[in-house]
Amino acid sequence: MSKRFAYNAPAVLVFVGVLGLWELAVRAFGIQQFLLPPPSSIAGAFVEHFDELVTVGRNTLTEAVGGLLIGGVAALVVAFAIARWATASRALLPFAIAANSVPIIAFAPIMNNWFGILSPLSKMMVVAVLVFFPIMINTLRGLTLVDQGSLELMRSYAATELAIFTKVRLPNALPYIFTAFKVSATLSLIGAIVAEYFGGSRSALGQFIITEAAFFRFANAWAAIVVASVVSIAFFLIILAIERVAIPWHTSARIADSS
Amino acid sequence: MFRAGRSALSFLVVIGALAVLWEVVKLLGGDPNGGWIPPFQWTVASDLNMPHVWDIGASFVEPAQRNGPPLGIVLVNAGIFTFREAFGGFVFGALLGLGLAIVFVHSRLLERALVPYVVASQTVPIIAIAPVVVIWLRGGWLAVAVISAYLTFFPVTIAGLRGLRSPDPRALELMRSYASSSRDVLLKVRLPAAAPYLFAAFKVAATASVVGAIIGELPSGIRDGLGGAILNFNQFYVSGPPKLWAAIIVAAFVGIGFFALVRVAEAMFLRGRTAPSDA
Amino acid sequence: MSDSVVRVRGVDKVFGTGTDKTPALQHIDLEIPKGAFVSLIGPSGCGKSTLLRLIGDLTQPSVGAIDVNGKTAHRARLDRDYGMVFQAPVLFDWRTVQGNVELPLEVSAKDKAVRAARARAMLALVELTGFERRYPWQLSGGMQQRVAIARALSFEPAILLMDEPFGALDEMTRERLNLELLRIWKQTGTTIVFVTHSIPEAVFLSTHVAVMSARPGRILEVIPVDLPQPRNDLTREDERYFGFIKRVRERLRGRDVARPGAAEVAAS
Repeated sequence: MSKRFAYNAPAVLVFVGVLGLWELAVRAFGIQQFLLPPPSSIAGAFVEHFDELVTVGRNTLTEAVGGLLIGGVAALVVAFAIARWATASRALLPFAIAANSVPIIAFAPIMNNWFGILSPLSKMMVVAVLVFFPIMINTLRGLTLVDQGSLELMRSYAATELAIFTKVRLPNALPYIFTAFKVSATLSLIGAIVAEYFGGSRSALGQFIITEAAFFRFANAWAAIVVASVVSIAFFLIILAIERVAIPWHTSARIADSS
Repeated sequence: MFRAGRSALSFLVVIGALAVLWEVVKLLGGDPNGGWIPPFQWTVASDLNMPHVWDIGASFVEPAQRNGPPLGIVLVNAGIFTFREAFGGFVFGALLGLGLAIVFVHSRLLERALVPYVVASQTVPIIAIAPVVVIWLRGGWLAVAVISAYLTFFPVTIAGLRGLRSPDPRALELMRSYASSSRDVLLKVRLPAAAPYLFAAFKVAATASVVGAIIGELPSGIRDGLGGAILNFNQFYVSGPPKLWAAIIVAAFVGIGFFALVRVAEAMFLRGRTAPSDA
Repeated sequence: MSDSVVRVRGVDKVFGTGTDKTPALQHIDLEIPKGAFVSLIGPSGCGKSTLLRLIGDLTQPSVGAIDVNGKTAHRARLDRDYGMVFQAPVLFDWRTVQGNVELPLEVSAKDKAVRAARARAMLALVELTGFERRYPWQLSGGMQQRVAIARALSFEPAILLMDEPFGALDEMTRERLNLELLRIWKQTGTTIVFVTHSIPEAVFLSTHVAVMSARPGRILEVIPVDLPQPRNDLTREDERYFGFIKRVRERLRGRDVARPGAAEVAAS
């Protein structure tokens, strides 16, 4: 425990130090609120608007989780389907990678038109498209980049394709899938907020930030930014925890065990 | 060259197939067209939500505004503008990312102190802090490039750190036995070993930089780039849906184009070396 | 000849097609009696691993036929007559030791209770009782290879195919595992085909050593090794043991007719 504390001490010190410097600098140089409100007034805004922040945070999180589920399930289904045909997946992978470099955020206004600007579904669909390609590509890699020795071993048992899938390919893909979901957790929240920027319900983080900033209530806007960041870290940690339970054999878990 | 030609051809085939699929959806559930009455009525497939492929194509040659230049020219200019921001952000981000990775590989203390915040930085919705950055840097494409760099430095730092740590410990011991300076170790062992990791990160960063540039334009009032175009055509969507689609298509091309550019650079730079499989 | 487990007749194996052909094996004839322990030994590129893979139906001959237990090699694989052990243990990270040993039994849809009992028995055989719930990466290299052997034996295969199973291990571990393998062989009565590039290992373990030459791969001679059974540490000091080693070594150099004298000097 104390070893762990010693390991994390520098990071904690940086946190405290930066907050202190920030507060001091804002006061000493009289930096205006619209440039950077001091941590103390952000904290004050957080306390004052706690209930509202919880509501808007929850609404945005719902969009993010919903989108991650829609996009994630679709990506898994597609990857499982095309991994069966080795040549098809090899031919499709470059296009998936190319599609992944399309700035998906550009589709946000389209999704607003398709699914309704006030409906959370339009934000979910932006998130779904955003996370679809990373999850699909990673899953496909995990299913196809399998140790040749394992495949030969299964062949020497005259194993069926189904047995090879469930006993070799799927377990091999799980770490890849979790990596993709961890990245997508953060991505989904940011995607939802950016999608909200193109218009949507007032009761969501993106619109809350825009409105508060427009009325020069910058401390409120920054409090919402902090909420977004904290929610997104929490989302990431939840998936990390699921990963630890689901694939205890994986290298990342081993390192954690030994410390 | 033959392979490049073939992949370009298959790229066109896929785009063609997508266009056909698009029209098939419209044929099944779109608005009545000529004498044809589709068997279904899907709102998503209406002419407002999914304009005909040929209407989108035609919008490129029609003037964007009354008596203005054709939309295609406007969008290509916007694309170049956004690409310039993205490229600036890519360069800033790559340099910052690599610099941080080099610092972290030499100092465990700084690594422990700062890496958690490097990771946490990516959970901050940049679109929310973009206006502040724009005020700080007095607007212009430079501000957008900085916003874009905020997204691009992260993958480069993480992959760079892994790549700089990737050399065989025996190679490092060998260098120690030559009494070489840490600068030599960096230049002759660590950086070459990190190159495949860095290029994998550059590919991610190229995409992120375009996203960052488009997002950065939105709250900063810059109207010369693709972000501005998307925002603009979104406001007039009802009167001209193909224009927004045209802007999105150009944005897609800028994203894919930048990615492809890094791929080509990677292929030239890493000739004969294999990329790390997990990147 | 009815007691032959493996019968290889007139087998050629050519890799590649068209102008890119490389003959790997030529005119291979080999009979392996039931319960034998046959080593395939030869220089790199003599096709000893290829021959093993041919017997196991992991690749198919270009010419000729291979019978296993009176059926085709393909049929024998479908009937799950083989246990394979490779140079790498090829254990699944996501399965415990017990789970890895149960894998072939799961594939052949054995009952759960049967699987567990069988796996425990096999782990006892390789002296890994108490490690059932560990994961492969928590074991040493030698222990991992013993798990792989337990796994290969778990469905009582008629024939055990081993491709340099101890090649990556240190000398001490290797000698210990050699003794263990002989004990398992005696206890189970299974037929073993064993690829190695260590002459002492081949002589110590085998009832027959098939000496092969490279480019193209051929069997030069099958040397019966009639050292007394059961073999133990004393065998390694037996004068006849050294005699067999010398004989195998000379046979391996046999192609090197340009320097017959040199071979003699080197061997003594």
